[in-house]
Amino acid sequence: MTQTASPAIELRGISKAFGTVQANKDITITVPRGTIHGIIGENGAGKSTLMSILYGFYRADSGQILIGGRETAIPDSQSAIRAGIGMVFQHFKLVPNFTVLENVILGAEDGALLRPSLSKARKELARLSKEYGLDVNPDAVVEDLSVGHQQRVEILKALYRQAEILILDEPTGVLTPAEADHLFRILSGLREQGKTVILITHKLREIMAITDNVSVMRRGEIVGTVKTAETSPPALAELMVGRKVLLRVEKTPAKPGKTVLEAKGLRLMRGGVELLKGVDLTIRRGEILGLAGVAGNGQSELLEVLGGIARAEGTITMNGHSFTDPREAGIAHVPEDRQHLGVIMDFSAWENMAFGYHRHFAKGALMDNRTLRDETAEAMKRFDVRPLLPDLAIKNFSGGNQQKIVVAREIERNPDLLLIGQPTRGVDIGAIEFIHKQIVALRDQGKAILLVSVELDEIMSLSDRIAVMCGGRIVGERDPATTNEKELGLLMAGVNDEAA
Amino acid sequence: MQRIPRWADVVLVPIISLALAAICAAGVILAIGQDPMEALNTMVVGALGSAYGWGYTLYYATSFIFTGLAVTVAYHAGLFNIGGEGQAQIGGLGVALVLLFIPWPHWSVALLAATLGAAAFGALWAAIPGYLQAKRGSHIVITTIMFNYIAYSLIVWVLVDVLRPAGQAEPATARFPAHLGLPTLTEIPGLSAIFTDQVPANVSLFVALAACFAVWLLLFRTPLGYEIRAFGKSESAARYAGINPTKIIIVTMMISGALAGMMSINNVMGESGRLLQNASEGAGFIGIAVALMGRNHPFGVVLAALLFGFLYQGGAEIGLWTQIPIDLRVVVQGLVILFTGALDHMVRMLLGLFFRRRAA
Repeated sequence: MTQTASPAIELRGISKAFGTVQANKDITITVPRGTIHGIIGENGAGKSTLMSILYGFYRADSGQILIGGRETAIPDSQSAIRAGIGMVFQHFKLVPNFTVLENVILGAEDGALLRPSLSKARKELARLSKEYGLDVNPDAVVEDLSVGHQQRVEILKALYRQAEILILDEPTGVLTPAEADHLFRILSGLREQGKTVILITHKLREIMAITDNVSVMRRGEIVGTVKTAETSPPALAELMVGRKVLLRVEKTPAKPGKTVLEAKGLRLMRGGVELLKGVDLTIRRGEILGLAGVAGNGQSELLEVLGGIARAEGTITMNGHSFTDPREAGIAHVPEDRQHLGVIMDFSAWENMAFGYHRHFAKGALMDNRTLRDETAEAMKRFDVRPLLPDLAIKNFSGGNQQKIVVAREIERNPDLLLIGQPTRGVDIGAIEFIHKQIVALRDQGKAILLVSVELDEIMSLSDRIAVMCGGRIVGERDPATTNEKELGLLMAGVNDEAA
Repeated sequence: MQRIPRWADVVLVPIISLALAAICAAGVILAIGQDPMEALNTMVVGALGSAYGWGYTLYYATSFIFTGLAVTVAYHAGLFNIGGEGQAQIGGLGVALVLLFIPWPHWSVALLAATLGAAAFGALWAAIPGYLQAKRGSHIVITTIMFNYIAYSLIVWVLVDVLRPAGQAEPATARFPAHLGLPTLTEIPGLSAIFTDQVPANVSLFVALAACFAVWLLLFRTPLGYEIRAFGKSESAARYAGINPTKIIIVTMMISGALAGMMSINNVMGESGRLLQNASEGAGFIGIAVALMGRNHPFGVVLAALLFGFLYQGGAEIGLWTQIPIDLRVVVQGLVILFTGALDHMVRMLLGLFFRRRAA
């Protein structure tokens, strides 16, 4: 690690307000050259605002940005690129039907003809790939690449523009554990080459795994900057939330009862691809069945089928009976993609509280909106949804509070079976703890729960039984008490159960 | 983007947009060598300056409320129904059949039956594009436009070859029985003191207002309206919630078509007393502008329909009393649609800047 006198980036007293909301307040951070600096905080703590200021999307109300020791104005993203800042967004900005090479030069083409810049870029790309271990085929079409590879293209794009400082916003949100490990190796390589990396995340594990220093943000302020080696996950969590949090889920052993849901031979074809290849599944009362797997191996489709969104071959019974309407049969569903499936973003909290159950709130021909609003206000109080405004459109709540509303809605109906997909995706630590407690409490009432999550930690700590999906099949079942992450990881990667 | 206060969004934005449209219209009138103030004066006096003028303004507004509501209902389901024109004409056929072939004792019963007939015919006409969209993925904009032409041709055929009384030269049905004529505002006790001259505005105005309230109830107070709005915002989420997309598309289109068809009680039953060719006179298209300007809210539709009624009647007065050609009416309508519909984000953005600066 080489450190020169002037730090790569220094922020002095950055403040930014949106109306009455102080998104950033007097932010001061120094990031030495050739280090990986983590910025951690809950959703809405102001991390993204800060990075948007660094990348020229917003202008700070006050404060200074020093790059390499010199004060630099960043009025737009071009200036940021000129100053040597590269950004990898959570949602990639790639043209799906362009090749890797075309994506890399997009916006950096020199001259009216494409061919010279393409061949120049090809050479440069080969050099960068070798130097940083960023192995990508330059002629591959981006939409054919895995998410992990697409992310590498984003990093290459930044390096091609001679970025010295690389900012990554929640980079592992879409990656498998193996892909995340690979990303960290790439980032270490960058650090060794003297690049500076800023890693924005809400995952403590990543901070601990890769960063040199970490700044914790809460409510728009930096509440602490520490050397990673001198801190611990509980200490960071406490800084983030402002109180002690339980990172482990506390629960008693399960007492499984009668079978609630039984699925046999589920097959689903979509666009000529067989996404479910004969899935058998049994869930009993009073247990949490965790479904682990790398994203895209059929877990989402299985949830859709059980939740009645998609139709599959095979049989599904609830309490021994077949059914047509899953909600009538006692199945509640917290979908994986909350914002696109679980709620109507423009509807108010109380309108969303009826979503899927709106027919239950009919009194005669009309909806009983008063009862619905009262019940919503009650539920929001019990689930600690903030702000406690039933009339507010749900898009104006934070991710965690949106999820609390969805979970509240599904639990309120007193279902026999709760399907819950990615319960804590985009949800802050305080809300994660709360939602996990709700899931365990539901189990203790004798309900059955099917938990789908790409967070292996979450599966391991919540489940009473773990099933692993790979390639549209359930490839194995494990007891969380006796298995470990490595064994599950192998199953998830398709290494045969019998052989393992 | 900066958010602007709700009152500014609801009141200020339309007023500024209208003012801009008026300024542009004034420019056009100046350019053809006429006096914009005279034109404005003629419009206001002609459309709003007398009970007689109001009688026409309200007559047009009645039709526009129906067609505006039709577009509004479809819009909430994310469907753009451009077929109001054809649905209104087919609705007119429904009115004519009900009134010509069934003997009714009194206009009130006949009005009820004609309303149902108009709604049923409009609904069935709109159900076909709805079905094609839901089941075959044919885009509703294309099919509803095409169905306007089909409706037009169908009506011509019916009027020429089927319903035209022997010996009549004009392509039109026979006159409806005289005792089934709808009372105009002049003939309504109480209102007759105000409307002393004979005007075309008739009791269907009250049906239109009732329909407006019914649409509001439907959209915002019934489970069906909830499903329509949810589907319009997100089809995937609607599926998650167990809402059947096919059903919503077809049912919404039928309600929309029924509303468009219902305007026929105003013009066919109320005004002309028989079915004529091209009876809807473009009201189906104006409904799009009305819905746009009314922010796709049933109550906004009433206000916008009044405005367009004023433009329609005022424009006619310009053609009658000034040197300015009546076609200017179309220009002014076009400008109003341009500014209130297509360009209203521009106004909103400028207001956003203004409010941000004031807040800073």
